[in-house]
Amino acid sequence: MYNQTEIIKDTTALGPEGELVINMGPQHPATHGVLHLVVTLNGETIKKIEPHLGYIHRSIEKMCESLTYRQFIYVTSRMDYLSSHINNTACALLIEKGMQIEVPERAQYVRVILNELTRIASHELWIGAMAMDLGAFTPFFYAFREREMITDIMEDTCGARLTMNYIVPGGLMYDIHPEFQNKVKAFIKQFKEKVVEYEDLVTNNVIFQSRTVGVGILSAQDAISFGCTGPVARASGVRCDIRKIAPYDVYDKVEFDEVIETAGDSFARYMVRIKEMNQSIRIIEQLIDSIPEGEFVGKTKNVLKLPKGEFYQRVETARGEFGVYIVSEGGTTPHRIKFRSPGFSNLSALSHMAEGSKIGDLMATMGTLDLVIPDIDR
Amino acid sequence: MFSLEGLTTATQDWLLIKFNPTIALAMECVIVILLSITLFALLGLVLVLMERKVAARIQIRLGPNRVGPGGIFQTAADTLKLIMKEGLTPDHADKFLFNLAPFVVMMVAMLLLAPIAFAKNFQIWDINIGVLYISAISSLSVIGILMAGWASNNKYSLLGAMRSGAQIVSYELSAGFAVLTIVVLTGSLQISEIVAAQENGWWLFKGHIPVIIAFVLYIIAVTAETNRAPFDLAEAESELTAGFHTEYSGMKFALFFLAEYINIFIVCAIGATLFLGGWMPLHIGHWEGFNHIMDYIPSSIWFMGKTFFLIFIIMWFRWTFPRLRVDQLLNLEWKYLLPISLFNLLLVTIVAIMGWHF
Repeated sequence: MYNQTEIIKDTTALGPEGELVINMGPQHPATHGVLHLVVTLNGETIKKIEPHLGYIHRSIEKMCESLTYRQFIYVTSRMDYLSSHINNTACALLIEKGMQIEVPERAQYVRVILNELTRIASHELWIGAMAMDLGAFTPFFYAFREREMITDIMEDTCGARLTMNYIVPGGLMYDIHPEFQNKVKAFIKQFKEKVVEYEDLVTNNVIFQSRTVGVGILSAQDAISFGCTGPVARASGVRCDIRKIAPYDVYDKVEFDEVIETAGDSFARYMVRIKEMNQSIRIIEQLIDSIPEGEFVGKTKNVLKLPKGEFYQRVETARGEFGVYIVSEGGTTPHRIKFRSPGFSNLSALSHMAEGSKIGDLMATMGTLDLVIPDIDR
Repeated sequence: MFSLEGLTTATQDWLLIKFNPTIALAMECVIVILLSITLFALLGLVLVLMERKVAARIQIRLGPNRVGPGGIFQTAADTLKLIMKEGLTPDHADKFLFNLAPFVVMMVAMLLLAPIAFAKNFQIWDINIGVLYISAISSLSVIGILMAGWASNNKYSLLGAMRSGAQIVSYELSAGFAVLTIVVLTGSLQISEIVAAQENGWWLFKGHIPVIIAFVLYIIAVTAETNRAPFDLAEAESELTAGFHTEYSGMKFALFFLAEYINIFIVCAIGATLFLGGWMPLHIGHWEGFNHIMDYIPSSIWFMGKTFFLIFIIMWFRWTFPRLRVDQLLNLEWKYLLPISLFNLLLVTIVAIMGWHF
């Protein structure tokens, strides 16, 4: 095989025009996981970015094909681990749609509340991680202070803090915690008080603005061609909120605005997420007091069998459009399953957005894409 | 009181009685070297702990609190760990330069200690071109960093070192001009005379707005010169993993780490000396009683208090601001700070010639 010298020579070789090729990742502080970017540099300027994937590929889609319709939902928590509730909801919704299962109102309300809490928790973590990418460590701790309250609520309700596995076909696994409503209200109160601190510490910071305004611009046209969804596309002015386009659960009963920015730069993506958190709070406030009494899970058969055919369900995760596509042969397990993950499409736009900018801009751009690598790699 | 003045003269007298002058001088040198190494080690321990505690306070957490009361021995334990770790040298590194670099950085930091007046009459070397000496020596540290970056044979290190080179060379100008304002006002490059000139008021208060501008410029410039956030591009963790010291481990890494903190101490000490009166106590005009009380506080405490106050400000910066981008960093210096410094120096010169300062 190779001797060591050859390998080292190969990696340090300069490109044709004095280009410097850097392997950013799979171990790198800013890639938040095992993303591997092969970055071609000319001095500090980025000439080309090539993402390499596969370091955390667990073959989840294939794994799901050997699991029953009740079991495979739990694997999806491990994909986008920051929106595990929302992933679970998507799978549950698909099975409910395919088998025409009635979901009790109570379960629908709780699902929406939990989904929005998950969205806030995800965005909180993102603020911290992104500020860290830009070299500010403190916002991370401020964001985690509020996120901690959400994870506590999750722990009470679902028994887990990250991979909740709480949503089952037909409703919820068990009823909500008696203190659930009080704790959520306490969280809303604290969040509204403390969100001002983010504004002071991050949004209005001169250095933060100079690092993000006009950096990593993605036009609406490009956002559509790259298949970007979620806050990334909405920051470029594309209307793509699945909660508005194809409402599921009780999203059609609540009032909220789809947050749209038009600048398409990193700062716009930042603002979209901040405003989305406020919208999520608005949704929760409308629902929390009116959770109807009754069953938390509808009547389902013990063994679920999807009828023969193809099924697709999409939901809005914290990162964008998440889709589940199942081909069923009528058996107890899916014949073929495919997940449409938002991170993968959003990552594909990175090269386009960051080429020609500086290394520091790459971090700002990548940070605002909000990549979760297990979501991309599955 | 706790003045260190008597201590130095007593030691010298005793040595001169016991030995002939040459041996006495040699022994004084040894004492000074031992003292400064001890000071280094102590400062490293104290400043690292202080940084972690300040960071913790800003970040609503506790910080180190397990090793010793309030975690005061945490850094000692960390240092012990670093000493026991293996100091790796990468396969294709330039071994000589790689191992030399941390010592160059450290030596520069040590040399800068010489002209600093720690207390009344407590100074290693009161050289008559003290300020010039400081400016000259502090620019040498970039050589150590470039050496480390180049010799590591690592692309991140190289990028970090190049950034550091551009940054230190640029920001030295602003720092130099800010220091020059005080030289113009005092009319001397000697540290002891600069301190003596502030007996009836610190330059920050006596020199009107131009000196305040110079002080702000100085703080910004030295933050950049010591590679501290928001100007920590040389080691920019999220971009270059650890910049120029990516490949260093064990005690060699610790030397870089220590040198960073010693440099902060030194620039803050110089800032305190030039703008805040060094070891001079705070005197306000004709408040005789107040001035008298202030005189009772020992000069070493005044000096350390001022220095640590400035260090705290620089730490505060680090835990509040995001990092600048490399082109923004250079723009800030060449387009804003440098023209302002030049103009400010002109203003100060006019103030000094016309004698408008107090």
